[in-house]
Amino acid sequence: MDSGYVDTGELVAEGLACRRGERLVFTGVDCRLAAGGALVLTGTNGSGKSSLLRLLATLLVPAAGALWWGGAPVMREAARYRALVHYVGHQDAAKPAFSPREMLRLWAALRGVAAPAIEPALAAFALGAVADRPCRWLSAGQRRRLALARLVAAPAPIWLLDEPAAALDGDGEARLSELIAEHRRAGGRVVVATHQPLRLDDADTIVLDDFAASPEAALAAWQ
Amino acid sequence: MTPLLGLFWCDLRLSLRQGGDIGLVLGFFVLAVLMFPFGVGPEPELLGRIGAGIIWVAALLASVLSLERLFAVDHADGGLDLLALSPAPLELVVIAKGAAHWVTTGLPLALISPVLAVFVDLDPRAISVLTLGLLIGTPALSLLGAIAAALTLGARRPGILATLLLLPLYLPVLIFGTGAVEAVLSAEGARAHLLLLGAITVAALPLAPIATAAALRQALD
Repeated sequence: MDSGYVDTGELVAEGLACRRGERLVFTGVDCRLAAGGALVLTGTNGSGKSSLLRLLATLLVPAAGALWWGGAPVMREAARYRALVHYVGHQDAAKPAFSPREMLRLWAALRGVAAPAIEPALAAFALGAVADRPCRWLSAGQRRRLALARLVAAPAPIWLLDEPAAALDGDGEARLSELIAEHRRAGGRVVVATHQPLRLDDADTIVLDDFAASPEAALAAWQ
Repeated sequence: MTPLLGLFWCDLRLSLRQGGDIGLVLGFFVLAVLMFPFGVGPEPELLGRIGAGIIWVAALLASVLSLERLFAVDHADGGLDLLALSPAPLELVVIAKGAAHWVTTGLPLALISPVLAVFVDLDPRAISVLTLGLLIGTPALSLLGAIAAALTLGARRPGILATLLLLPLYLPVLIFGTGAVEAVLSAEGARAHLLLLGAITVAALPLAPIATAAALRQALD
């Protein structure tokens, strides 16, 4: 499936700050992600785990700080960077009228992948039995599996996963851990925002509560 | 081009499979037009004079009605994130979605308009110009409508807000669309009106997606 990635650049975030509405959520987050690296984001509810993931996916614009990929600012070549990123948020984006097979094909096409690995993706999360059923009949866990199957259908070196194990059963969690391990062995990187103790070998951890903006900093940013 | 073609086909298939979407818009269009003979009385002369205006106004309203869902579903289910993360520029993604919207609303409206023209006693000479005008003008409705659909994402009453935003923007299309029919009836020739209608569509093709994409980026926040 993953056959190693040519891109060996390092993902570097410097002094990232995030503002939601009028609230400064966190400031001064630094991180580095080299080939094969893993980063776990933890923190209390509302500490900004999802926001940091969305910043890394370029879906949000940082209030301060910069994001670098392979030594160049990410936003300078945003399209090229986005093609390297898989973002699996907590919503599943599965259209009720389409089957998992159709959704996977569409998502891969959206990424410009001409020959997606649909069957391996379905097999990786044991979705074969429901592959041709409309998504409206899928359970929450099956929808999660479908969203994660995107990672296999169209390979990309950077995975940004938001609570990936939510709603997954034991089997699903095991499959996810195995997939992430395989991805990292092939030189891929992964950032996971999670509460659950997901098995990730030698991963760096960022506790976002440590970066919560002090009231003074929040006030300064607000003014 | 593959991402955009894929998206276009997806939206098209989604509309066709949910069937109701196209049916509802067409049903609204037909019923709205058919109300007028009942409302103003069946005098052929009066109806024939205002017929083109009736059909165009009904088409504008039907178009507005269908726009609410253009981005709303993707916004609600997280699909908008994936659209934004596509390597294809968001502006082109908007064009692909707009094209699918036009094929499932503007195009059927234009194709059914000759039948409705008969109901409102429009002069037979003007029917082809009415249909041609709708074919040229409705893409502009989809493109301009995409701006309002994106701007009203997350609003409490997106449908009504979009209508208020859009109807003034639709005015030029309405003026030249009905103007073309008037011109045929007064034997002036509809060419100038149709060209202006085409100019609106051609101008909206690059400009509206830029505005829409900017609004969508705001909605991602």
